[in-house]
Amino acid sequence: MPKLRLKAKYAFTAWAVVVYAFLFLPILVMAVFAFNKPSSVALAAFHGSNICSIPPTQIGNITVWNGFTSCWFSAGLHDPTYIPAILTSLQIAAEAAIIATVLGLCAALALARMKPRFRAPFDSLVYLTLVVPEIVIAVASLIFFVQVRNHFPGFPQLGKATILIGQVVFNASVAMLIIRARFVGMGDTLEEAAYDLGSGPLATFRQITLPRLLPAILAAALLSFTFSFDDYVLPAFTNGTTNTWPIVLYSAVRFGLTPAVNALATIMLGITLTAVIITAVILRRSRGRVAAGQAVTRLPGLVGR
Amino acid sequence: MAVAEKTPEVAAVPVATRRRRSFRPRYPAWLTAPSLLYYVVFFLGPMAILVAFSLATQQGFGSLRYGFDTSQYGLVGTSLYLTIFERTLLMASVGTVLTIAVGYPVAYWMARYLSTYKMLALLIIVVPFWTSFLIRTYALKIILDPHGYLAQDLGINVLYTKYAVAVGLVYDYLPLFILPVFASLERMDWNLIEAATDLGARPFTAFREITLRLTLPGVVTGALLVFIPMTGEYIIPNILGGGNYEFVGNVIGDQFNEAQNQPFGSALSIALMAALSVFVIVYILFATKEEQFGA
Repeated sequence: MPKLRLKAKYAFTAWAVVVYAFLFLPILVMAVFAFNKPSSVALAAFHGSNICSIPPTQIGNITVWNGFTSCWFSAGLHDPTYIPAILTSLQIAAEAAIIATVLGLCAALALARMKPRFRAPFDSLVYLTLVVPEIVIAVASLIFFVQVRNHFPGFPQLGKATILIGQVVFNASVAMLIIRARFVGMGDTLEEAAYDLGSGPLATFRQITLPRLLPAILAAALLSFTFSFDDYVLPAFTNGTTNTWPIVLYSAVRFGLTPAVNALATIMLGITLTAVIITAVILRRSRGRVAAGQAVTRLPGLVGR
Repeated sequence: MAVAEKTPEVAAVPVATRRRRSFRPRYPAWLTAPSLLYYVVFFLGPMAILVAFSLATQQGFGSLRYGFDTSQYGLVGTSLYLTIFERTLLMASVGTVLTIAVGYPVAYWMARYLSTYKMLALLIIVVPFWTSFLIRTYALKIILDPHGYLAQDLGINVLYTKYAVAVGLVYDYLPLFILPVFASLERMDWNLIEAATDLGARPFTAFREITLRLTLPGVVTGALLVFIPMTGEYIIPNILGGGNYEFVGNVIGDQFNEAQNQPFGSALSIALMAALSVFVIVYILFATKEEQFGA
Protein backbone atom coordinates (compact mmCIF):
# COMPACT_ATOMS: atom_id res chain seq x y z
CA MET A 1 0.00 0.00 0.00
CA PRO A 2 2.65 2.63 0.86
CA LYS A 3 4.38 1.84 -2.42
CA LEU A 4 1.21 2.54 -4.35
CA ARG A 5 0.70 5.78 -2.47
CA LEU A 6 4.23 6.84 -3.31
CA LYS A 7 3.60 6.08 -6.95
CA ALA A 8 0.42 8.14 -6.88
CA LYS A 9 2.35 11.00 -5.36
CA TYR A 10 4.90 10.94 -8.17
CA ALA A 11 2.16 10.81 -10.80
CA PHE A 12 0.42 13.83 -9.30
CA THR A 13 3.68 15.72 -9.00
CA ALA A 14 4.51 15.02 -12.62
CA TRP A 15 1.09 16.25 -13.70
CA ALA A 16 1.47 19.39 -11.62
CA VAL A 17 4.82 20.10 -13.25
CA VAL A 18 3.23 19.74 -16.69
CA VAL A 19 0.40 22.10 -15.76
CA TYR A 20 2.73 24.72 -14.27
CA ALA A 21 4.78 24.54 -17.46
CA PHE A 22 1.61 24.94 -19.52
CA LEU A 23 0.70 28.03 -17.49
CA PHE A 24 4.09 29.68 -17.60
CA LEU A 25 5.76 28.58 -20.80
CA PRO A 26 3.77 30.96 -23.03
CA ILE A 27 4.44 33.90 -20.72
CA LEU A 28 8.12 33.00 -20.58
CA VAL A 29 8.34 32.67 -24.36
CA MET A 30 6.66 36.03 -24.77
CA ALA A 31 9.19 37.64 -22.43
CA VAL A 32 12.12 35.97 -24.22
CA PHE A 33 10.84 37.11 -27.60
CA ALA A 34 10.88 40.69 -26.35
CA PHE A 35 14.63 40.38 -27.04
CA ASN A 36 14.18 38.92 -30.52
CA LYS A 37 15.80 40.62 -33.53
CA PRO A 38 13.80 41.05 -36.74
CA SER A 39 14.56 38.31 -39.25
CA SER A 40 17.46 38.86 -41.64
CA VAL A 41 15.06 38.92 -44.60
CA ALA A 42 13.07 41.74 -43.00
CA LEU A 43 16.26 43.61 -42.07
CA ALA A 44 17.62 43.34 -45.61
CA ALA A 45 14.51 45.06 -46.92
CA PHE A 46 14.54 47.71 -44.18
CA HIS A 47 16.83 50.70 -44.51
CA GLY A 48 16.46 52.50 -41.17
CA SER A 49 19.39 52.89 -38.80
CA ASN A 50 17.55 51.54 -35.73
CA ILE A 51 16.41 47.96 -36.35
CA CYS A 52 13.68 48.33 -33.73
CA SER A 53 11.97 51.14 -35.65
CA ILE A 54 10.92 48.61 -38.27
CA PRO A 55 7.11 48.84 -38.72
CA PRO A 56 4.78 45.87 -38.03
CA THR A 57 3.97 45.57 -41.73
CA GLN A 58 7.59 44.83 -42.64
CA ILE A 59 8.76 42.77 -39.69
CA GLY A 60 7.62 39.39 -40.98
CA ASN A 61 7.74 36.40 -38.68
CA ILE A 62 8.54 37.23 -35.05
CA THR A 63 7.79 33.82 -33.53
CA VAL A 64 11.16 32.28 -34.46
CA TRP A 65 14.38 33.28 -32.74
CA ASN A 66 16.62 35.47 -34.92
CA GLY A 67 19.16 36.80 -32.45
CA PHE A 68 19.39 39.05 -29.39
CA THR A 69 18.60 42.74 -29.15
CA SER A 70 17.34 44.86 -26.27
CA CYS A 71 16.23 47.80 -28.35
CA TRP A 72 12.53 46.84 -28.28
CA PHE A 73 12.33 48.10 -24.72
CA SER A 74 13.34 51.65 -25.64
CA ALA A 75 11.28 51.41 -28.83
CA GLY A 76 8.24 50.42 -26.76
CA LEU A 77 8.83 53.07 -24.12
CA HIS A 78 9.00 55.78 -26.80
CA ASP A 79 6.09 54.54 -28.88
CA PRO A 80 3.71 57.39 -29.78
CA THR A 81 0.59 55.15 -29.58
CA TYR A 82 1.31 52.82 -26.69
CA ILE A 83 2.66 55.24 -24.12
CA PRO A 84 -0.24 57.75 -24.13
CA ALA A 85 -2.65 54.81 -24.03
CA ILE A 86 -0.84 53.35 -21.01
CA LEU A 87 -0.97 56.73 -19.25
CA THR A 88 -4.71 56.99 -19.95
CA SER A 89 -5.24 53.50 -18.55
CA LEU A 90 -3.23 54.31 -15.44
CA GLN A 91 -5.28 57.45 -14.83
CA ILE A 92 -8.63 55.71 -15.29
CA ALA A 93 -7.53 52.77 -13.15
CA ALA A 94 -6.43 55.04 -10.29
CA GLU A 95 -9.70 56.96 -10.34
CA ALA A 96 -11.76 53.78 -10.59
CA ALA A 97 -9.87 52.24 -7.67
CA ILE A 98 -10.48 55.24 -5.40
CA ILE A 99 -14.18 55.66 -6.20
CA ALA A 100 -14.91 51.93 -6.11
CA THR A 101 -13.11 51.47 -2.79
CA VAL A 102 -15.01 54.33 -1.13
CA LEU A 103 -18.36 53.03 -2.41
CA GLY A 104 -17.43 49.47 -1.47
CA LEU A 105 -16.25 50.44 2.02
CA CYS A 106 -19.45 52.31 2.86
CA ALA A 107 -21.63 49.46 1.64
CA ALA A 108 -19.52 46.81 3.36
CA LEU A 109 -19.76 48.55 6.76
CA ALA A 110 -23.53 48.79 6.64
CA LEU A 111 -24.19 45.42 5.03
CA ALA A 112 -21.99 43.29 7.24
CA ARG A 113 -24.24 43.70 10.27
CA MET A 114 -27.53 44.10 8.48
CA LYS A 115 -30.30 41.52 8.79
CA PRO A 116 -30.09 38.89 6.02
CA ARG A 117 -33.60 39.86 4.97
CA PHE A 118 -32.41 43.32 3.92
CA ARG A 119 -28.97 42.21 2.86
CA ALA A 120 -29.98 39.48 0.43
CA PRO A 121 -31.46 41.71 -2.30
CA PHE A 122 -28.42 43.97 -2.23
CA ASP A 123 -26.12 40.96 -2.34
CA SER A 124 -27.93 39.55 -5.33
CA LEU A 125 -27.48 42.85 -7.13
CA VAL A 126 -23.78 42.81 -6.29
CA TYR A 127 -23.30 39.27 -7.58
CA LEU A 128 -25.34 40.11 -10.65
CA THR A 129 -22.87 42.87 -11.57
CA LEU A 130 -20.15 40.21 -11.43
CA VAL A 131 -21.82 37.41 -13.38
CA VAL A 132 -23.55 39.24 -16.22
CA PRO A 133 -21.22 38.71 -19.21
CA GLU A 134 -19.02 41.72 -19.69
CA ILE A 135 -19.91 42.01 -23.36
CA VAL A 136 -23.56 42.47 -22.35
CA ILE A 137 -22.68 45.14 -19.79
CA ALA A 138 -20.48 46.80 -22.41
CA VAL A 139 -23.11 47.14 -25.13
CA ALA A 140 -25.81 48.07 -22.60
CA SER A 141 -23.56 50.79 -21.18
CA LEU A 142 -22.80 52.04 -24.68
CA ILE A 143 -26.43 52.59 -25.62
CA PHE A 144 -27.21 53.93 -22.13
CA PHE A 145 -24.43 56.54 -22.29
CA VAL A 146 -25.42 57.62 -25.79
CA GLN A 147 -29.10 57.94 -24.82
CA VAL A 148 -28.37 59.85 -21.62
CA ARG A 149 -26.08 62.20 -23.51
CA ASN A 150 -28.85 62.81 -26.06
CA HIS A 151 -31.29 63.83 -23.34
CA PHE A 152 -28.90 65.51 -20.91
CA PRO A 153 -26.18 67.42 -22.78
CA GLY A 154 -24.32 67.89 -19.48
CA PHE A 155 -23.50 64.17 -19.35
CA PRO A 156 -19.95 63.40 -20.54
CA GLN A 157 -19.31 62.25 -24.09
CA LEU A 158 -18.02 58.74 -24.71
CA GLY A 159 -14.44 58.78 -23.52
CA LYS A 160 -12.39 58.53 -20.33
CA ALA A 161 -15.34 59.52 -18.15
CA THR A 162 -17.71 56.89 -19.51
CA ILE A 163 -15.05 54.16 -19.27
CA LEU A 164 -14.59 55.15 -15.65
CA ILE A 165 -18.31 55.21 -14.87
CA GLY A 166 -18.78 51.75 -16.36
CA GLN A 167 -15.82 50.19 -14.61
CA VAL A 168 -16.76 51.48 -11.15
CA VAL A 169 -19.89 49.25 -11.16
CA PHE A 170 -17.87 46.06 -11.31
CA ASN A 171 -15.03 47.31 -9.12
CA ALA A 172 -17.33 48.59 -6.35
CA SER A 173 -18.76 45.06 -6.07
CA VAL A 174 -15.30 43.57 -5.87
CA ALA A 175 -14.20 46.09 -3.26
CA MET A 176 -17.33 45.56 -1.18
CA LEU A 177 -16.90 41.78 -1.06
CA ILE A 178 -13.23 41.98 -0.08
CA ILE A 179 -13.71 44.58 2.62
CA ARG A 180 -16.81 42.89 4.02
CA ALA A 181 -15.08 39.51 4.21
CA ARG A 182 -12.40 41.08 6.38
CA PHE A 183 -14.88 43.14 8.40
CA VAL A 184 -17.01 40.09 9.22
CA GLY A 185 -13.90 38.06 9.94
CA MET A 186 -12.48 40.43 12.53
CA GLY A 187 -15.57 40.43 14.74
CA ASP A 188 -16.92 43.32 16.80
CA THR A 189 -15.38 42.79 20.22
CA LEU A 190 -12.86 45.63 19.97
CA GLU A 191 -15.48 48.05 18.72
CA GLU A 192 -17.77 46.99 21.53
CA ALA A 193 -14.98 47.63 24.00
CA ALA A 194 -14.43 51.09 22.56
CA TYR A 195 -18.14 51.86 22.94
CA ASP A 196 -18.05 50.54 26.50
CA LEU A 197 -15.22 52.89 27.28
CA GLY A 198 -17.23 55.83 26.06
CA SER A 199 -15.90 56.35 22.57
CA GLY A 200 -18.38 57.76 20.08
CA PRO A 201 -19.22 56.07 16.76
CA LEU A 202 -16.98 58.31 14.67
CA ALA A 203 -14.01 58.04 17.00
CA THR A 204 -14.46 54.27 17.16
CA PHE A 205 -14.50 54.07 13.41
CA ARG A 206 -11.42 56.25 13.02
CA GLN A 207 -9.36 54.69 15.78
CA ILE A 208 -10.45 51.05 15.78
CA THR A 209 -12.33 49.95 12.68
CA LEU A 210 -10.49 51.83 9.97
CA PRO A 211 -6.95 50.86 10.97
CA ARG A 212 -7.95 47.19 11.25
CA LEU A 213 -9.68 47.30 7.87
CA LEU A 214 -6.79 49.06 6.18
CA PRO A 215 -5.12 45.97 4.69
CA ALA A 216 -8.40 44.88 3.11
CA ILE A 217 -9.04 48.41 1.86
CA LEU A 218 -5.59 48.51 0.26
CA ALA A 219 -6.09 45.07 -1.26
CA ALA A 220 -9.46 46.12 -2.65
CA ALA A 221 -7.98 49.26 -4.16
CA LEU A 222 -5.08 47.35 -5.71
CA LEU A 223 -7.36 44.70 -7.14
CA SER A 224 -9.76 47.31 -8.55
CA PHE A 225 -6.79 49.08 -10.07
CA THR A 226 -5.54 45.88 -11.70
CA PHE A 227 -8.95 44.91 -13.04
CA SER A 228 -9.60 48.36 -14.41
CA PHE A 229 -6.16 48.60 -15.98
CA ASP A 230 -6.51 45.22 -17.70
CA ASP A 231 -10.09 45.63 -18.78
CA TYR A 232 -10.65 45.42 -22.53
CA VAL A 233 -14.26 44.62 -23.34
CA LEU A 234 -16.08 47.46 -21.57
CA PRO A 235 -13.70 50.24 -22.70
CA ALA A 236 -13.70 48.84 -26.24
CA PHE A 237 -17.35 49.82 -26.53
CA THR A 238 -17.58 52.92 -24.35
CA ASN A 239 -14.30 54.63 -25.27
CA GLY A 240 -15.44 56.98 -28.04
CA THR A 241 -12.09 58.02 -29.48
CA THR A 242 -10.05 57.42 -26.32
CA ASN A 243 -7.40 54.73 -26.52
CA THR A 244 -6.54 52.66 -23.48
CA TRP A 245 -3.63 50.23 -23.25
CA PRO A 246 -5.77 47.07 -23.63
CA ILE A 247 -7.47 48.62 -26.66
CA VAL A 248 -4.21 49.35 -28.50
CA LEU A 249 -2.78 46.02 -27.34
CA TYR A 250 -5.81 44.16 -28.70
CA SER A 251 -5.69 45.79 -32.10
CA ALA A 252 -1.92 45.23 -32.26
CA VAL A 253 -2.40 41.53 -31.45
CA ARG A 254 -5.07 41.21 -34.11
CA PHE A 255 -3.61 43.36 -36.85
CA GLY A 256 0.14 43.27 -36.50
CA LEU A 257 2.80 44.16 -34.00
CA THR A 258 6.51 44.18 -33.26
CA PRO A 259 8.30 42.76 -30.20
CA ALA A 260 7.99 46.26 -28.72
CA VAL A 261 4.60 44.96 -27.51
CA ASN A 262 6.34 42.00 -25.88
CA ALA A 263 8.73 44.42 -24.20
CA LEU A 264 5.95 46.57 -22.77
CA ALA A 265 3.96 43.50 -21.73
CA THR A 266 7.04 42.13 -19.99
CA ILE A 267 7.59 45.38 -18.11
CA MET A 268 3.98 45.35 -17.02
CA LEU A 269 4.13 41.72 -15.94
CA GLY A 270 7.05 42.70 -13.75
CA ILE A 271 5.06 45.54 -12.20
CA THR A 272 2.00 43.32 -11.66
CA LEU A 273 4.11 40.64 -10.03
CA THR A 274 5.56 43.22 -7.67
CA ALA A 275 2.07 44.42 -6.82
CA VAL A 276 0.87 40.85 -6.19
CA ILE A 277 3.78 40.17 -3.89
CA ILE A 278 3.20 43.42 -2.00
CA THR A 279 -0.50 42.58 -1.61
CA ALA A 280 0.30 39.08 -0.43
CA VAL A 281 2.80 40.43 2.10
CA ILE A 282 0.36 43.05 3.39
CA LEU A 283 -2.42 40.49 3.80
CA ARG A 284 -0.08 37.98 5.34
CA ARG A 285 1.29 40.41 7.88
CA SER A 286 -2.19 41.37 8.95
CA ARG A 287 -3.87 38.01 9.25
CA GLY A 288 -1.26 35.33 9.55
CA ARG A 289 -0.27 32.77 7.03
CA VAL A 290 -3.42 30.74 6.55
CA ALA A 291 -5.70 33.74 6.48
CA ALA A 292 -3.51 35.38 3.87
CA GLY A 293 -3.70 32.34 1.68
CA GLN A 294 -7.44 32.34 2.12
CA ALA A 295 -7.73 35.98 1.19
CA VAL A 296 -5.56 35.65 -1.89
CA THR A 297 -7.39 32.54 -3.01
CA ARG A 298 -10.93 33.51 -2.18
CA LEU A 299 -10.86 36.87 -3.89
CA PRO A 300 -10.77 35.48 -7.40
CA GLY A 301 -13.45 33.04 -6.40
CA LEU A 302 -15.72 35.83 -5.29
CA VAL A 303 -14.88 37.99 -8.18
CA GLY A 304 -15.16 35.89 -11.28
CA ARG A 305 -12.73 37.43 -13.62
CA MET B 1 -18.39 57.85 32.37
CA ALA B 2 -20.74 55.96 30.11
CA VAL B 3 -20.06 52.87 32.14
CA ALA B 4 -20.98 54.58 35.37
CA GLU B 5 -24.27 55.71 33.90
CA LYS B 6 -25.20 52.32 32.56
CA THR B 7 -24.36 50.22 35.57
CA PRO B 8 -27.67 50.45 37.51
CA GLU B 9 -29.67 49.86 34.34
CA VAL B 10 -27.72 46.74 33.45
CA ALA B 11 -28.32 45.40 36.90
CA ALA B 12 -32.04 46.01 36.55
CA VAL B 13 -32.75 44.17 33.30
CA PRO B 14 -31.95 40.69 31.96
CA VAL B 15 -28.26 41.10 31.28
CA ALA B 16 -27.41 39.12 28.18
CA THR B 17 -30.02 40.38 25.71
CA ARG B 18 -29.82 43.94 26.92
CA ARG B 19 -26.06 44.17 26.59
CA ARG B 20 -25.88 42.73 23.15
CA ARG B 21 -28.50 45.04 21.82
CA SER B 22 -27.36 48.32 23.26
CA PHE B 23 -23.65 47.97 22.64
CA ARG B 24 -23.46 46.17 19.36
CA PRO B 25 -21.83 48.64 16.95
CA ARG B 26 -23.93 49.00 13.87
CA TYR B 27 -23.30 51.18 10.91
CA PRO B 28 -26.27 53.12 9.57
CA ALA B 29 -28.13 51.59 6.65
CA TRP B 30 -27.86 54.80 4.61
CA LEU B 31 -24.21 53.95 4.00
CA THR B 32 -25.45 51.56 1.33
CA ALA B 33 -27.25 54.43 -0.42
CA PRO B 34 -24.34 55.69 -2.56
CA SER B 35 -23.55 52.31 -4.06
CA LEU B 36 -27.20 51.32 -4.32
CA LEU B 37 -27.88 54.52 -6.23
CA TYR B 38 -24.85 53.89 -8.38
CA TYR B 39 -25.96 50.35 -9.23
CA VAL B 40 -29.50 51.47 -9.99
CA VAL B 41 -28.38 54.24 -12.34
CA PHE B 42 -25.33 52.73 -14.02
CA PHE B 43 -26.11 49.02 -13.92
CA LEU B 44 -29.88 48.57 -13.86
CA GLY B 45 -30.25 51.68 -16.07
CA PRO B 46 -28.23 50.20 -18.94
CA MET B 47 -29.96 46.84 -18.48
CA ALA B 48 -33.37 48.52 -18.75
CA ILE B 49 -32.34 50.37 -21.92
CA LEU B 50 -31.02 47.09 -23.30
CA VAL B 51 -34.46 45.53 -22.85
CA ALA B 52 -36.13 48.58 -24.41
CA PHE B 53 -33.76 48.44 -27.40
CA SER B 54 -34.36 44.75 -27.93
CA LEU B 55 -38.08 45.51 -28.34
CA ALA B 56 -37.57 48.60 -30.51
CA THR B 57 -37.77 48.79 -34.28
CA GLN B 58 -34.81 49.76 -36.40
CA GLN B 59 -35.65 52.57 -38.83
CA GLY B 60 -32.98 53.12 -41.42
CA PHE B 61 -29.42 53.60 -40.24
CA GLY B 62 -29.08 54.15 -36.52
CA SER B 63 -32.52 55.53 -35.72
CA LEU B 64 -35.00 53.68 -33.55
CA ARG B 65 -38.63 53.65 -32.67
CA TYR B 66 -39.45 52.24 -29.25
CA GLY B 67 -42.33 49.82 -29.05
CA PHE B 68 -43.04 46.20 -28.38
CA ASP B 69 -41.57 44.56 -31.43
CA THR B 70 -40.56 40.97 -30.75
CA SER B 71 -39.31 40.29 -34.27
CA GLN B 72 -35.67 40.57 -33.14
CA TYR B 73 -36.23 37.65 -30.80
CA GLY B 74 -37.71 35.71 -33.70
CA LEU B 75 -34.48 36.35 -35.58
CA VAL B 76 -32.45 35.09 -32.60
CA GLY B 77 -34.42 31.86 -32.88
CA THR B 78 -33.42 31.21 -36.48
CA SER B 79 -31.10 28.33 -37.20
CA LEU B 80 -28.06 30.51 -37.99
CA TYR B 81 -28.05 32.09 -34.54
CA LEU B 82 -29.20 28.97 -32.73
CA THR B 83 -26.08 27.32 -34.15
CA ILE B 84 -23.94 30.05 -32.62
CA PHE B 85 -25.66 29.65 -29.25
CA GLU B 86 -25.19 25.90 -29.44
CA ARG B 87 -21.54 26.29 -30.36
CA THR B 88 -20.95 28.74 -27.54
CA LEU B 89 -22.56 26.54 -24.90
CA LEU B 90 -20.82 23.45 -26.28
CA MET B 91 -17.39 25.09 -26.34
CA ALA B 92 -17.89 26.51 -22.85
CA SER B 93 -18.88 23.02 -21.64
CA VAL B 94 -15.87 21.43 -23.31
CA GLY B 95 -13.65 24.15 -21.88
CA THR B 96 -15.11 23.59 -18.39
CA VAL B 97 -14.71 19.80 -18.54
CA LEU B 98 -11.11 20.15 -19.74
CA THR B 99 -10.44 22.69 -17.01
CA ILE B 100 -11.77 20.26 -14.40
CA ALA B 101 -9.68 17.43 -15.84
CA VAL B 102 -6.51 19.52 -15.87
CA GLY B 103 -7.12 21.47 -12.67
CA TYR B 104 -8.55 18.99 -10.17
CA PRO B 105 -5.41 16.83 -9.97
CA VAL B 106 -3.30 19.95 -9.44
CA ALA B 107 -5.51 21.16 -6.61
CA TYR B 108 -5.47 17.63 -5.15
CA TRP B 109 -1.68 17.50 -5.38
CA MET B 110 -1.32 20.83 -3.56
CA ALA B 111 -3.77 19.94 -0.81
CA ARG B 112 -2.66 16.36 -0.27
CA TYR B 113 1.07 16.20 -0.88
CA LEU B 114 2.47 19.66 -0.17
CA SER B 115 3.08 21.20 3.22
CA THR B 116 5.91 23.72 3.40
CA TYR B 117 5.51 24.97 -0.14
CA LYS B 118 1.72 24.74 -0.28
CA MET B 119 1.09 28.48 -0.09
CA LEU B 120 3.90 29.19 -2.52
CA ALA B 121 2.50 26.71 -5.04
CA LEU B 122 -0.89 28.34 -4.64
CA LEU B 123 0.54 31.83 -5.08
CA ILE B 124 2.25 30.73 -8.29
CA ILE B 125 -1.06 29.40 -9.60
CA VAL B 126 -2.69 32.71 -8.75
CA VAL B 127 -0.04 34.86 -10.44
CA PRO B 128 -1.35 34.39 -14.01
CA PHE B 129 -4.79 35.34 -12.76
CA TRP B 130 -3.47 38.73 -11.66
CA THR B 131 -1.66 39.40 -14.91
CA SER B 132 -3.43 40.78 -17.92
CA PHE B 133 -5.91 38.48 -19.62
CA LEU B 134 -5.04 39.98 -23.00
CA ILE B 135 -1.31 39.54 -22.49
CA ARG B 136 -1.81 35.89 -21.50
CA THR B 137 -3.94 35.28 -24.58
CA TYR B 138 -1.34 36.98 -26.75
CA ALA B 139 1.39 34.86 -25.16
CA LEU B 140 -0.55 31.73 -26.07
CA LYS B 141 -0.99 33.03 -29.60
CA ILE B 142 2.79 33.31 -29.98
CA ILE B 143 3.17 29.65 -28.98
CA LEU B 144 0.41 28.54 -31.36
CA ASP B 145 1.58 30.70 -34.28
CA PRO B 146 1.75 28.69 -37.54
CA HIS B 147 5.29 30.02 -38.14
CA GLY B 148 6.40 29.17 -34.60
CA TYR B 149 8.26 26.15 -33.32
CA LEU B 150 5.20 24.20 -32.21
CA ALA B 151 3.63 24.28 -35.68
CA GLN B 152 6.83 23.98 -37.70
CA ASP B 153 8.71 21.38 -35.69
CA LEU B 154 5.95 19.42 -33.96
CA GLY B 155 3.29 19.83 -36.60
CA ILE B 156 0.69 21.15 -34.14
CA ASN B 157 -0.86 23.87 -36.27
CA VAL B 158 -4.13 24.80 -34.58
CA LEU B 159 -4.26 28.60 -34.48
CA TYR B 160 -7.60 30.01 -35.70
CA THR B 161 -9.43 26.72 -35.11
CA LYS B 162 -11.77 25.50 -32.38
CA TYR B 163 -8.86 23.63 -30.82
CA ALA B 164 -6.99 26.88 -30.27
CA VAL B 165 -10.14 28.36 -28.70
CA ALA B 166 -10.47 25.35 -26.36
CA VAL B 167 -6.81 25.56 -25.32
CA GLY B 168 -7.24 29.28 -24.77
CA LEU B 169 -10.29 28.76 -22.54
CA VAL B 170 -8.44 26.26 -20.37
CA TYR B 171 -5.30 28.37 -20.29
CA ASP B 172 -7.02 31.59 -19.26
CA TYR B 173 -9.52 30.14 -16.77
CA LEU B 174 -7.53 27.36 -15.11
CA PRO B 175 -6.39 29.41 -12.08
CA LEU B 176 -9.95 30.50 -11.44
CA PHE B 177 -11.07 26.87 -11.18
CA ILE B 178 -8.17 25.58 -9.11
CA LEU B 179 -8.69 28.09 -6.29
CA PRO B 180 -12.17 27.11 -5.03
CA VAL B 181 -11.41 23.42 -5.53
CA PHE B 182 -8.21 23.77 -3.55
CA ALA B 183 -10.17 25.51 -0.81
CA SER B 184 -12.58 22.58 -0.52
CA LEU B 185 -9.75 20.03 -0.66
CA GLU B 186 -8.01 21.96 2.11
CA ARG B 187 -10.97 21.28 4.39
CA MET B 188 -10.75 17.54 3.74
CA ASP B 189 -9.88 15.32 6.67
CA TRP B 190 -7.40 12.88 5.14
CA ASN B 191 -7.82 10.54 8.11
CA LEU B 192 -11.07 9.45 6.50
CA ILE B 193 -9.10 8.10 3.54
CA GLU B 194 -6.68 6.43 5.92
CA ALA B 195 -9.58 4.77 7.72
CA ALA B 196 -11.23 3.65 4.50
CA THR B 197 -8.07 2.06 3.13
CA ASP B 198 -7.35 0.45 6.49
CA LEU B 199 -10.78 -1.11 6.29
CA GLY B 200 -9.92 -2.51 2.90
CA ALA B 201 -11.15 0.05 0.40
CA ARG B 202 -9.04 0.34 -2.72
CA PRO B 203 -7.51 3.80 -3.13
CA PHE B 204 -9.70 4.70 -6.06
CA THR B 205 -12.84 3.56 -4.26
CA ALA B 206 -11.84 5.64 -1.25
CA PHE B 207 -11.29 8.62 -3.51
CA ARG B 208 -14.63 8.20 -5.25
CA GLU B 209 -16.65 7.57 -2.12
CA ILE B 210 -15.03 10.14 0.15
CA THR B 211 -12.82 12.76 -1.46
CA LEU B 212 -14.92 13.31 -4.54
CA ARG B 213 -18.14 13.53 -2.58
CA LEU B 214 -16.78 15.94 -0.02
CA THR B 215 -15.23 18.24 -2.61
CA LEU B 216 -18.13 18.17 -5.04
CA PRO B 217 -19.53 21.55 -3.88
CA GLY B 218 -16.13 23.12 -4.54
CA VAL B 219 -15.99 21.52 -7.97
CA VAL B 220 -19.48 22.77 -8.81
CA THR B 221 -18.62 26.31 -7.67
CA GLY B 222 -15.37 26.26 -9.61
CA ALA B 223 -17.00 24.83 -12.72
CA LEU B 224 -19.73 27.48 -12.71
CA LEU B 225 -17.15 30.14 -12.00
CA VAL B 226 -15.37 29.31 -15.25
CA PHE B 227 -18.39 28.21 -17.29
CA ILE B 228 -20.29 31.48 -16.90
CA PRO B 229 -17.55 33.84 -18.15
CA MET B 230 -16.51 31.30 -20.82
CA THR B 231 -20.01 31.50 -22.26
CA GLY B 232 -19.75 35.27 -22.46
CA GLU B 233 -16.21 35.12 -23.82
CA TYR B 234 -15.28 37.74 -26.40
CA ILE B 235 -11.50 38.02 -26.51
CA ILE B 236 -10.44 34.37 -26.93
CA PRO B 237 -12.62 33.53 -29.99
CA ASN B 238 -11.45 36.74 -31.66
CA ILE B 239 -7.72 36.37 -31.01
CA LEU B 240 -7.27 32.59 -31.06
CA GLY B 241 -10.23 31.75 -33.30
CA GLY B 242 -9.39 34.57 -35.69
CA GLY B 243 -13.07 35.27 -36.31
CA ASN B 244 -13.57 31.77 -37.73
CA TYR B 245 -15.16 30.47 -34.62
CA GLU B 246 -17.37 33.19 -33.19
CA PHE B 247 -19.15 32.99 -29.86
CA VAL B 248 -22.43 34.76 -29.09
CA GLY B 249 -20.41 37.56 -27.48
CA ASN B 250 -18.61 38.26 -30.74
CA VAL B 251 -21.85 38.34 -32.70
CA ILE B 252 -23.29 40.79 -30.16
CA GLY B 253 -20.19 42.95 -30.50
CA ASP B 254 -20.50 42.89 -34.29
CA GLN B 255 -24.07 44.20 -34.11
CA PHE B 256 -22.79 47.30 -32.32
CA ASN B 257 -19.49 47.75 -34.15
CA GLU B 258 -20.06 46.85 -37.76
CA ALA B 259 -23.64 45.88 -38.51
CA GLN B 260 -25.12 48.75 -36.45
CA ASN B 261 -28.19 46.65 -35.77
CA GLN B 262 -28.56 47.58 -32.13
CA PRO B 263 -32.04 46.11 -31.52
CA PHE B 264 -30.84 42.72 -32.73
CA GLY B 265 -27.64 42.97 -30.69
CA SER B 266 -29.74 43.82 -27.63
CA ALA B 267 -32.06 40.88 -28.23
CA LEU B 268 -29.03 38.59 -28.54
CA SER B 269 -27.68 39.96 -25.23
CA ILE B 270 -30.96 39.28 -23.46
CA ALA B 271 -31.07 35.79 -24.97
CA LEU B 272 -27.50 35.15 -23.77
CA MET B 273 -28.43 36.22 -20.26
CA ALA B 274 -31.54 34.03 -20.37
CA ALA B 275 -29.43 31.07 -21.46
CA LEU B 276 -27.05 31.74 -18.59
CA SER B 277 -29.65 32.55 -15.95
CA VAL B 278 -30.04 29.02 -14.59
CA PHE B 279 -26.29 28.72 -14.05
CA VAL B 280 -26.12 32.21 -12.59
CA ILE B 281 -28.89 31.55 -10.09
CA VAL B 282 -27.24 28.35 -8.92
CA TYR B 283 -23.93 30.18 -8.66
CA ILE B 284 -25.37 33.09 -6.66
CA LEU B 285 -27.06 30.64 -4.25
CA PHE B 286 -23.75 28.86 -3.78
CA ALA B 287 -21.72 32.05 -3.47
CA THR B 288 -23.95 33.77 -0.91
CA LYS B 289 -24.27 30.60 1.13
CA GLU B 290 -20.52 30.05 1.08
CA GLU B 291 -20.02 33.55 2.37
CA GLN B 292 -22.60 33.25 5.14
CA PHE B 293 -20.90 30.21 6.53
CA GLY B 294 -17.54 31.91 6.15
CA ALA B 295 -16.14 28.96 4.25
